[in-house]
Amino acid sequence: MNLGFVTLLLVCQLVGEIVARVLELGLPGPVIGMLILFTGLALRGGVPDELQRTAQGLLQHLSLLFVPAGVGVMSYLGLVAEEWVPITASLVISTVLTIAVTALVMVGLSHLTGDRPLGAARKDG
Amino acid sequence: MEGELRQIWVYLAEQPLLGLTVTLVAYQAGQWVYRKAGMSPIANPVLLAVVALVALLWLTGTSYETYFEGAQFVHFLLGPATVALAVPLYNNLKHMRRAALPLTVALVAGTVTAASTAVGIAWLLGATERTLASLAPKSVTTPIAMGISEQIGGLPSLTAVFVILTGILGAVLTTWTLDALRIRDWRARGFAIGVAAHGIGTARALQLSEVAGAFASLAMGLNAVATAVLLPLLIRLLW
Repeated sequence: MNLGFVTLLLVCQLVGEIVARVLELGLPGPVIGMLILFTGLALRGGVPDELQRTAQGLLQHLSLLFVPAGVGVMSYLGLVAEEWVPITASLVISTVLTIAVTALVMVGLSHLTGDRPLGAARKDG
Repeated sequence: MEGELRQIWVYLAEQPLLGLTVTLVAYQAGQWVYRKAGMSPIANPVLLAVVALVALLWLTGTSYETYFEGAQFVHFLLGPATVALAVPLYNNLKHMRRAALPLTVALVAGTVTAASTAVGIAWLLGATERTLASLAPKSVTTPIAMGISEQIGGLPSLTAVFVILTGILGAVLTTWTLDALRIRDWRARGFAIGVAAHGIGTARALQLSEVAGAFASLAMGLNAVATAVLLPLLIRLLW
């Protein structure tokens, strides 16, 4: 983790938060911050090695960062239990359908436009 | 002795240190099980950690608010991590340019499917209106989903719960779904999980392939924008 690049990430987020509020875009600050950093990288024409490592360090444990919000389910156990049939069916079926539709449309159109697939997924993909 | 232990507990329970530490311990225990299980999607580390922590808080009678005093430090990192997603995105810019048209159409198809099937199925099975509105943005990354939910009459914090559950389900179900459909293109696999299961799906994709991870982060970002724009429109059309 490079301190300079950690600061850069925070500065992008901060500017993103300000832009989000001033322009009332309805997008959260971090997403705008991501766009700002992306634009910066595109203008520079490459990712500095240290930034590559800093980002990798942070993203390696991305799923950890969702744990605190996930524990919030405990505040809604009662409500979820009351409507558990519609909620469970909706979440499971909708998630599977969304994955299937998105992937099928993308593969179908790539095929039509004559684009070659990128890398065969391993079995555990 | 009993009284002393109790005093230590009362002191620690009020400190952020405990909430932060148990979060890291639970997650690493989850990671350990996940690896032992050969990275099987069912042993999802977020799921394991959440279940363990909810059980722990329930057993010790600790409130979520007290726990979050410590866990907020982990939660905070979601912001800079979202910004950092620009890096894998940029690394894969070349692949994205080449697939611009399929990506755009797949995005709209996925966004509409996610919201309409979630609401449609729950409505058929008799969910309340508040639950329906809270379910609609469930495939979008947490902060945006909460904003959309508020806008359409849902309960933002309930939406946050649905978002996390969707992410975990996506990470668990994606491999089986895509293998059953015989989809082997890493770009499509990554993009589909990003549209359906936002950051948690992206985290799983990143562990399996950098290309899949980049397409997943792209999908997560685009889906957030597309849902924020399309959902209020869809609702106006249907009601």
